[in-house]
Amino acid sequence: MDLSFIIKWLPLFGAAAWLTVSLAFVGVVVSVALGFLCAGIKYYRIPVLRELVSVYVEVGRNTPLMIQLFFLYFGLPRLGILLEGRTCAIVGLSFIGGAYMAEAIRGGLSAVGKNQTESGLSLGLSRLQLLRHVIMPQAMAVALPVIGATAIFLLKETSVFSIVALPDLMYLAKDLLKEGHSAESNMMLVVAYLVIILPVSLFFAFLERRARHAGFGA
Amino acid sequence: MPDSALSVFMAGRNMARLMEGLWITVWISLASVGLSVVLGIPAGLLMSSKKKIVSGILRIYLEVIRVMPILVLLFLFYYSLSKVSGINLSAYFVSVLVFTLWGTAEMADLVRAAVTSIPVHQRESARALGLSELRANLLVIVPQAVRRLLPGVINLTTRMIKTTPFVFFINHPDLMKVGQQIVEVAGMRNHLASVWVYGFIFLVYFLICWPISLLSRWLEGRWKS
Repeated sequence: MDLSFIIKWLPLFGAAAWLTVSLAFVGVVVSVALGFLCAGIKYYRIPVLRELVSVYVEVGRNTPLMIQLFFLYFGLPRLGILLEGRTCAIVGLSFIGGAYMAEAIRGGLSAVGKNQTESGLSLGLSRLQLLRHVIMPQAMAVALPVIGATAIFLLKETSVFSIVALPDLMYLAKDLLKEGHSAESNMMLVVAYLVIILPVSLFFAFLERRARHAGFGA
Repeated sequence: MPDSALSVFMAGRNMARLMEGLWITVWISLASVGLSVVLGIPAGLLMSSKKKIVSGILRIYLEVIRVMPILVLLFLFYYSLSKVSGINLSAYFVSVLVFTLWGTAEMADLVRAAVTSIPVHQRESARALGLSELRANLLVIVPQAVRRLLPGVINLTTRMIKTTPFVFFINHPDLMKVGQQIVEVAGMRNHLASVWVYGFIFLVYFLICWPISLLSRWLEGRWKS
């Protein structure tokens, strides 16, 4: 183990890890927002839009992120749409993420029985109150574990970002192969991903426990 | 039409090469999924066993595999394993190995969940009705477990197929790599080559994964009751 090598490259690994975290964060936030929007459209059965959402969800869930990035980064410029690597990464991640999140949230919403809506309305709750106090707490208790798993899945998917020329952890690790300290650089690669993913995984485990209380263990 | 899709796909052996790339992708998927199912079933049964040490070790294995991006595992195995073992491992071998290590872990977890979800009284009732242990397992437990298991397994299959483009990173000539090579050459003359080729690969993946997803959902709906 060559400590001087590790110290020399540590700042670069930090920068690469930060790139991964920041892109993943934006991607996950946009995915969740998109997921709520799509799930809402399906839940309230808005005509036309709900058919479009169905098509989007199927396409997003059944194609790999990598091919979408290739298309965005190498295909679109030929059609006159030039996107830089970061934008491609966020668009691609949000595209697949939104589709998975929509399914996760829809699953949660559909787990709440019709009688809940009827009882709420008959008690005089407004539509908004019903959503806020009755539907959402129960739906989220079911959806949160899936949302968490999807967020972690998206976080791991960021590992392909180097194909759109982003200097992320994989890019750096591959670059450092030719420096001849593969044991050290591989170890830093693994540690960096552990540092990123483990806290997120623990955070969602914690959220899940909280949500289960809100949903009365549903 | 210098920019047409036809001029890309018809030029030279382009279409044949894409099909060869697709064949490699399909082979890696089939081999990894097949091995994962075969190895995952016994691993899952061991995971649901009451022996704490056995299930604990498998649990740790699952968590370790799950926390790392598959691409990182692929990279580590490809560039480190050859060095450590002194054997030059092919990209094909390493990809099937890594996808199988991951698939087995996921499969084992699915099997564990399916087996433990079957209430104990099912076995007890079968035994009380005079079925032997073997017949109780075969006629009562297994059919129910398979029903709960199958949608998840099919889901895992599409996930594994969608992971295969990662072999691009270790330079295996799969669909993505071949596509990129074709674009590099054809892109000089045909302005839209990258749009056609990557669009085509996008469609191919969708047409493979979508019917499998539909099958999974159909089975789930059918067996729910």
